[in-house]
Amino acid sequence: MSAELDELYQSVILDHNRRPKNFREMEDATVKADGVNPLCGDQLTVWIKLDGDQLTDVSFRGQGCAISKASASMMTQIIKGKSRAEAEQLFGDVHALITGHPTGGDVGPLKALGGVSRFPLRVKCASLAWHAMKSALAARPGDSAAVSTEADGPGPEGA
Amino acid sequence: MTGTGNLDAAPYALGRRADFPLLAANPRLHYLDSAATSQKPASVLRAIQHYYETTNANPHRGAYTLSAAATAAYHGARARIATFLGVADADTLLFTRGTTEALNLVATAWGRTNVKAGDRIVVTRLEHHANFVPWQKLAQATGAEFVIAELNTDGTIDMNALESLVTPRTKVLAFGHVSNALGTVNPVADLVAIAKRVGALAVCDGAQGAPHLDVSVDSLGVDAYAFSGHKMLGPMGIGGLVMRRELLEAMPPYQYGGDMIAHVGDQHTTYNVLPYKFEAGTPNVEGPIGLAAACDYLTALGMDRVIRHERALVSLAMERLSAIPGVTVLGPGADRRSGVVSFTLEGVHPHDLSQMLDADGVCVRAGHLCAQPLMRALGVHATTRASFYLYNDVADVDALAASVNTARLRFAGA
Repeated sequence: MSAELDELYQSVILDHNRRPKNFREMEDATVKADGVNPLCGDQLTVWIKLDGDQLTDVSFRGQGCAISKASASMMTQIIKGKSRAEAEQLFGDVHALITGHPTGGDVGPLKALGGVSRFPLRVKCASLAWHAMKSALAARPGDSAAVSTEADGPGPEGA
Repeated sequence: MTGTGNLDAAPYALGRRADFPLLAANPRLHYLDSAATSQKPASVLRAIQHYYETTNANPHRGAYTLSAAATAAYHGARARIATFLGVADADTLLFTRGTTEALNLVATAWGRTNVKAGDRIVVTRLEHHANFVPWQKLAQATGAEFVIAELNTDGTIDMNALESLVTPRTKVLAFGHVSNALGTVNPVADLVAIAKRVGALAVCDGAQGAPHLDVSVDSLGVDAYAFSGHKMLGPMGIGGLVMRRELLEAMPPYQYGGDMIAHVGDQHTTYNVLPYKFEAGTPNVEGPIGLAAACDYLTALGMDRVIRHERALVSLAMERLSAIPGVTVLGPGADRRSGVVSFTLEGVHPHDLSQMLDADGVCVRAGHLCAQPLMRALGVHATTRASFYLYNDVADVDALAASVNTARLRFAGA
């Protein structure tokens, strides 16, 4: 097993993969968005409940690899209770981290996703839930948004 | 039939690894993705280089000797490829970029002329998107009905169900020779007979057939057969369509431009004879030349030996993988499949598995395999696919099984 692979599949990633947090539908969500990665067929839905500017509950369900599932699981934990602006700031910090250009912003346990930067083909796996979250926040309450990892253009993101 | 006893020339590869520069340069690489694309023997690479060093000119254009030589090389390659595929009338073998373009050609040039509202198009649940979406779109464009023939639980076509779907209104029956996702070898003769009974066009996607079976397109009796060169040791960007002469002569061209015309008037154009009518523009010449060299390589080896070798490796791989806890091998038994083994490992997504395997030099495909309608029927979102060819050997199977087991233990957690 290579060191890069150990870095990618840290135990925290494997734990979230086995027992994802907030892995449920949310009937009373304010907004939701579906994310798809057409290259691999991964798909997930992110639900967010908003109270004014605050994300009071976040959940997800879907099909995906350990990286996408763990990233989604950690995301729901960390952005719950945050403001829209804080959630979008985290999107930027995480995106920078997984594409190998960390901003230095405190991403807490999400730093476990840093190993992804060594595997450009997996960046879209790690970013899928985050794109869906951002898309959901941009949707009007009651609407359902959809986002594709291909919206960023062809090829591995950030590669 | 299991174990290594049936392996031709075991334990070393049938096609010598030394013949394939990429494999020779990477002795620890276990290339198990030949259903996506094959590696290329040195003879193919040499043929292409030789063409550019000695013969390159635009065929059909110049009166000069070099252009005549390029023209001869281009058509000589067509004749050799036609012979390899059992096509007596070489001018009915049209060059395309590959299987996808060949199937789009049939669905567009023949389909738009012959399929009408109220007609029916039947495909199978096994199809690659390339033999599914063009027909789905043709049905939408013409108002025809698009019908999918379902499978038995082992991934073979439910032939009784299919036969009942092929009604007198059916104009097209499209099916694969070999499933890219499961390796299922389809009963082409039976499918052709069902299509003929109602006068439907029998279209066969041969992308996984031509590289791995002893194909005689004429004997298969299909109306159209599509194939890709790069899956059968040839270069990328070349493949073809074999179609019955009377159908090709009756249908309109697919693209318009140079080479495909007989006479261009101010208001009307007449078309060239076969195969030029369907080969508009400067052709890909290096492609057929490389592909013909690939056909020579396969002929020298003997397709019967290739088939035996792959079947033995597939049997062994199925046996080894099935012995790993949590592994489910999809599809039919080894006697009804070509060189493909698709499987799932409980609790490990195929992308993670293929990433882990990559660290051990094992190259496999993971995902929906361009067969989402099939994945839905199987109740999975993605699978891991190991596919074998003549340069693979027992060491590749061992590495695959060992690496899958390592991944299983790692994901199961301590």
